[in-house]
Amino acid sequence: MSMPSLRNDWVVMAIFAAAVLTAPIWLSPVGAGYPDLLQKFAIFGLFAIGFNILFGLTGYLSFGHAVFLGVGSYTAVWSFKLLTMNVLPAIALSILVAGIFAVVIGYLSLRRSGIYFSILTLAFAQMSYNLAYSVLTPITNGETGLQLTMQDARIFDEPTTSGLPSTELFGMSMSGYSGFYFCAVLLIIGFFISLRIFRSPFGLKLLAIKSNQTRMRYTGFNTKPYLLAAFIISGMYAGLAGSLMAVTDPLAGAERMQWTASGEVVLMTILGGVGTLIGPLLGAGIIKYFENIFSALNPGELHQIFSWLPDWLENIVVAISSEFVGDGWHMTLGLSFMLVVIFLPGGVIEGVGRAYTKIRTLLKSDEANESDESVLEPEPVLSAEKE
Amino acid sequence: MDAIFLQILNGLDKGGAYALIALGLTLVFGTLGVVNFAHGALFMLGAFCAVTLQKILTISQKVRDESITFFEAYKEQPYLEIWFGDFGTKIIDWSVPISILLAIPIMLLIGLAMERGLIRHFYKRPHADQILVTFGLAIVLQEIIRSFFGANPIPTPAPDIVAGSAQIGVLLGLGESVVYPWWRIIYLLFSGLVIFLVFAFLQFTTFGMVVRAGMHDRETVGLLGIDVEHKFTIVFGIGAVVAGLAGVMYAPILPPDYHMGMDFLVLSFVVVVVGGMGSLGGAVAAGFLLGLLQSFASMNEIKAILPGIDQIIIYLVAVVIILVRPRGLMGRKGVMED
Repeated sequence: MSMPSLRNDWVVMAIFAAAVLTAPIWLSPVGAGYPDLLQKFAIFGLFAIGFNILFGLTGYLSFGHAVFLGVGSYTAVWSFKLLTMNVLPAIALSILVAGIFAVVIGYLSLRRSGIYFSILTLAFAQMSYNLAYSVLTPITNGETGLQLTMQDARIFDEPTTSGLPSTELFGMSMSGYSGFYFCAVLLIIGFFISLRIFRSPFGLKLLAIKSNQTRMRYTGFNTKPYLLAAFIISGMYAGLAGSLMAVTDPLAGAERMQWTASGEVVLMTILGGVGTLIGPLLGAGIIKYFENIFSALNPGELHQIFSWLPDWLENIVVAISSEFVGDGWHMTLGLSFMLVVIFLPGGVIEGVGRAYTKIRTLLKSDEANESDESVLEPEPVLSAEKE
Repeated sequence: MDAIFLQILNGLDKGGAYALIALGLTLVFGTLGVVNFAHGALFMLGAFCAVTLQKILTISQKVRDESITFFEAYKEQPYLEIWFGDFGTKIIDWSVPISILLAIPIMLLIGLAMERGLIRHFYKRPHADQILVTFGLAIVLQEIIRSFFGANPIPTPAPDIVAGSAQIGVLLGLGESVVYPWWRIIYLLFSGLVIFLVFAFLQFTTFGMVVRAGMHDRETVGLLGIDVEHKFTIVFGIGAVVAGLAGVMYAPILPPDYHMGMDFLVLSFVVVVVGGMGSLGGAVAAGFLLGLLQSFASMNEIKAILPGIDQIIIYLVAVVIILVRPRGLMGRKGVMED
């Protein structure tokens, strides 16, 4: 595997940026071309990309990553409350505070590896969650969740007279498509940083830690600083994602920190393809897309969808499939997740790769059958090896 | 003094539940080396065995309500009461203890099916994969339960005779103000009994001896011509039964809902880690220890000094233990120390 050149990266980035910015167009035929959902894609995509830098590169499975998401949200809302409704300071502060949290939690948790690391991160996340619900209520507003009020200071803003102000970027409101494009630009930047990390010597060292940490230590590397750096970076991504959640909807609740929320980002990353560049983003998109579609379906709509079947069969099919839609969406999620872990540990990306090679071999055998079997052209074989 | 005594009881009681769940979890880890995130779901399934039996026993027929005479009123009367009269009512009243008999075979079957069908394919895969697949399984199990029983907690009362509180203060000469619910005392005794049975089984039977040997050195036991894998499958079943029993008996204390397993899962993992991965004695000791710590931390006097300590004490202990003594309180040297 040779290192792809910098120019290749720019091509990748250009394609990626074009794909993200035109998403409202090419996602509208499947019913996902509206800003609310697209924003969700971008936010959870960022969260998963950041998580992947830790889990995908180093193999350290954090089960408490949502704590940074929650911290990011709280910081952003406080920035809206105290400073200004402009989103830039909120985002910068969120990343900073999430980074500080990541330094502390990472420094302690990374003293252990494997399952102990998972449990440590889980324990820290549960502590933050429980505290946010109980004694930290003055900061987090407990169960109600932190939200904007008319009495907020907002020292840099003109006092508002009519209704609650909304988030803005130098006067541009952060709702609708402008909100999406703001998230999209950040997603592109985040993806670019992740790409550079994957390609950098730093990224390679992280990969080496994943494959054999003991050997890394014996060759004289102190692995701890690299791990900590990866942990902090991925925590900052989560903080950014959290602040973007607050940008789209200035409200922060403790349930964002619950360990099931941490589990969700793990699901996304695994489903898409852990350790790949685009996989986590894909996983986040798939989960959020189907969550949106499946949880909105109800038996009545299912009857419409399957109305082409004979009546008795229609009833059976609807009865079975209605277990998996609406409230049952989590069942679909759990099942598909199990199937992916069992059969496709590399996620959707691996599935696509396998299908691709299968099709290639199929096509090739067809070609070989059609042409004289004795003549084998050397060139296609060579190019196949290169891939 | 009375308050402290009550807190000790409270702690032992909570600790009993923690110890039972953690015992099954660490049994599975010690033998099979599998990190089972679906263990909390097994606890939840156990609780729903009690719910199911209660529902089955109270399948009712609509009968004319004779006590209301001025219009035709109907009330539901369970078939059991119609067929057996007062004896039927008694059976319904005792549904939770009776469901222990139901839970043992069912949980054993579920455990065996889980190990044969899924877990065994993950022995050779990394711990992260095991965590992930069992996490997925836990989600699926709890969603199945939700689609059958709905999202609300289902009250499952204990038998009437033990529904009240025990005057243990009078019993022990501490004054009449010291009272404690009967069922919680029963739960404490019950958990002690189950723990004793598991240990006796491992200590005094040939099967248990093989299992203990297998936990120490699986390969050698295999080389001696013993089918370790088969034995370990049964151990998984036993772990499931222990978790299930903990759940059955917990149903009257906390009305079961579909996500109660997830809430206990995190706690029981913490207990296992504090006790030492794979150490049975450690799991039991840590279960009671953490139960006691938690109940003392929730005393008002302590909360006044350290606000919020009751919410985080367990996790705090876990963090300190993992960082300072990674093999836990009673873990064997060299097992999962890194």
